[in-house]
Amino acid sequence: MILPDLPIGETVESGVYWLNDKFGFLMDIFSNIIDILISSFKDALLFLPPFAFIIVATILIYLISRKNIKLAIGSAFGLLLIDSMGLWTLSMETIALVLSSALVALLIAIPTGIIAAKNETIFHIVKPILDFMQTMPSFVYLIPAVIFFGLGNVPGLVATIVFAMPPAIRLTNLGIRQVPVELEEVATAFGTTSIQKLFKVELPVALPTIMAGVNQCIMLSLSMVVIAAMIGARGLGYQVLVGIQRVNIGQGFEAGLGIVIIAIILDRLTQSLTPKK
Amino acid sequence: MLMGLSGSGKSTLLRCLNRLIEPSDGHILIDGDDIATMDDKELRETRRKKLSMVFQGFALLPHRTVIDNVAFGLEIQGVSKEERYAKAEEAIAKVGLKGYESSKTSQLSGGMQQRVGLARALATDPDVLLMDEAFSALDPLIRSEMQDELLALQDKMKKTIVFVSHDLDEALKLGDRIAIMKDGIIAQIGTAEEILTDPADDYVSEFVAGVDRTKILTAENVMKRPEPVVSINSGLKVALQLMKKHGISSIFVVDPEKTVKGILFIDDAVAAVKDKKTIQDVLVTDILSVKPDVPIKEIIPVMSDSSSPLAVINENNKLIGVIVRGSILGALAITEDDQNDLT
Ligand SMILES: Nc1ncnc2c1ncn2[C@@H]1O[C@H](COP(=O)(O)OP(=O)(O)OP(=O)(O)O)[C@@H](O)[C@H]1O
Ligand SMILES: [Mg+2]
Repeated sequence: MILPDLPIGETVESGVYWLNDKFGFLMDIFSNIIDILISSFKDALLFLPPFAFIIVATILIYLISRKNIKLAIGSAFGLLLIDSMGLWTLSMETIALVLSSALVALLIAIPTGIIAAKNETIFHIVKPILDFMQTMPSFVYLIPAVIFFGLGNVPGLVATIVFAMPPAIRLTNLGIRQVPVELEEVATAFGTTSIQKLFKVELPVALPTIMAGVNQCIMLSLSMVVIAAMIGARGLGYQVLVGIQRVNIGQGFEAGLGIVIIAIILDRLTQSLTPKK
Repeated sequence: MLMGLSGSGKSTLLRCLNRLIEPSDGHILIDGDDIATMDDKELRETRRKKLSMVFQGFALLPHRTVIDNVAFGLEIQGVSKEERYAKAEEAIAKVGLKGYESSKTSQLSGGMQQRVGLARALATDPDVLLMDEAFSALDPLIRSEMQDELLALQDKMKKTIVFVSHDLDEALKLGDRIAIMKDGIIAQIGTAEEILTDPADDYVSEFVAGVDRTKILTAENVMKRPEPVVSINSGLKVALQLMKKHGISSIFVVDPEKTVKGILFIDDAVAAVKDKKTIQDVLVTDILSVKPDVPIKEIIPVMSDSSSPLAVINENNKLIGVIVRGSILGALAITEDDQNDLT
């Protein structure tokens, strides 16, 4: 059977060039913002020498996690291990990437989730897009990122942001939709404006669910930041990649262990932030 | 006071009053303003300042402490933190929850949660309180306390309270007027007596069947017209003739202002006629009398101790009615017969 050879590839390519041509300046601005974000996080994280950082971080984790002593001590050990493997700077870079991408992703995802919860039309537009996004293998996100932003930290971060958004949008939407009708009625009956209702009733009541979305967003960011090493993102992911390419088992394993430690700390910390129901 | 079987539309009606549910027709007037046609802004102001609601399912905000729940309405109005906490504490004290200000609402018992909901509604000092089974989760003691508190509040502040209740005794105690609902329609609205003595239909009379009538019906409801009476200036013969004509054994004696002077018994009268005495000579001045609003429950023991009839006297000491044993039994029996007809 002979089917016509559809010029899908060519069409997309010319479309991308067109976009690049017309909106290139916007992408430059976006790219600069992300660059600044990453380097400020990185500078902040590397401001203190490792040992001082670990002490401060342990105390902060202890306070943030509402006096979870186990988590604080565990984190201290993990961070010490990372330092002793000589992965300190790379780890801080990875954390900076995770924090930047999660921050941007949440800044987009939470408002989107709120709007989707309030507006059925938006919800019906957003939902199939989210479904589609979640069926795509993660490294597919790298392709458009490379096309628009070239190689390096910025495209890695863009891919990560896009990849990490869906669960945060979903769970924010879900959390707000699950606010009991009677509580909505309480707000209405006492004469709230829609803004007051959102901030004084809906968001606080939905907070546990939204925090689950925040947690997933951060965890997905971490996994994607590692994969984004393929398009030039730095940090521990790059170390793993190099380990694979050179078949250097030791180096790859150490970097992998560092990622696991960071993952556990970030996961437990965001979970302990979630208010108990 | 709204009553009716489950699903009869009590909550729905209550929700129409603050437009949590849009009424499809009609007017809701508060101080002459029609809530049903207000725009969003006016409606919001009215909800903030004039209306507040106690919810059937408590509906406390789970992320807030007791005091922050109670202060919610004030917070929405933009009242400063100190002021709203002061008012909230007052409301908390009113419902007897002092000391629980900073507790989590989930740690409280059902009855306590209900009182937090009540305090939240009171804190904004609204003109109109909408209360949906506001006392349903309280134990009898606190319930009765809260009822008294509510009555006192209404007395002092002259608030309008629309109260949904399943409890007939509560409705009778609290309600000036009671509306009985059926299938989304008000079957009858009126005072407790009106509903008990003159039910609009079978549904209403069945609904109020279980009520202890002796607590609700008063002297006024069961008394007969004060006829015949005899003037203190008339002769004994006139009195005897009246008694014979009406087939009674005693008669009240009044002065021209209709003030009761005493009671004349037939035996005394007959004897007196022979001795050529006057009414004044054989008058029994020590009579039993009650005010018209005394419940029958309190009258029954008085009557059972004596065979003479009871005079019903208003605040000007005028005789407005007479109660004999038969009239009480009659009043109670008639309504009971009605119920038997239904079943
Ligand atoms: N006037 C009405 N018009 C249309 N539907 C009504 C009307 N009144 C009540 N309903 C419907 O009847 C149902 C039950 O009403 P509602 O919740 O007010 O009952 P209720 O009397 O408060 O019962 P409960 O004692 O169990 O709280 C609701 O689904 C409501 O939509
Ligand atoms: Mg109801």
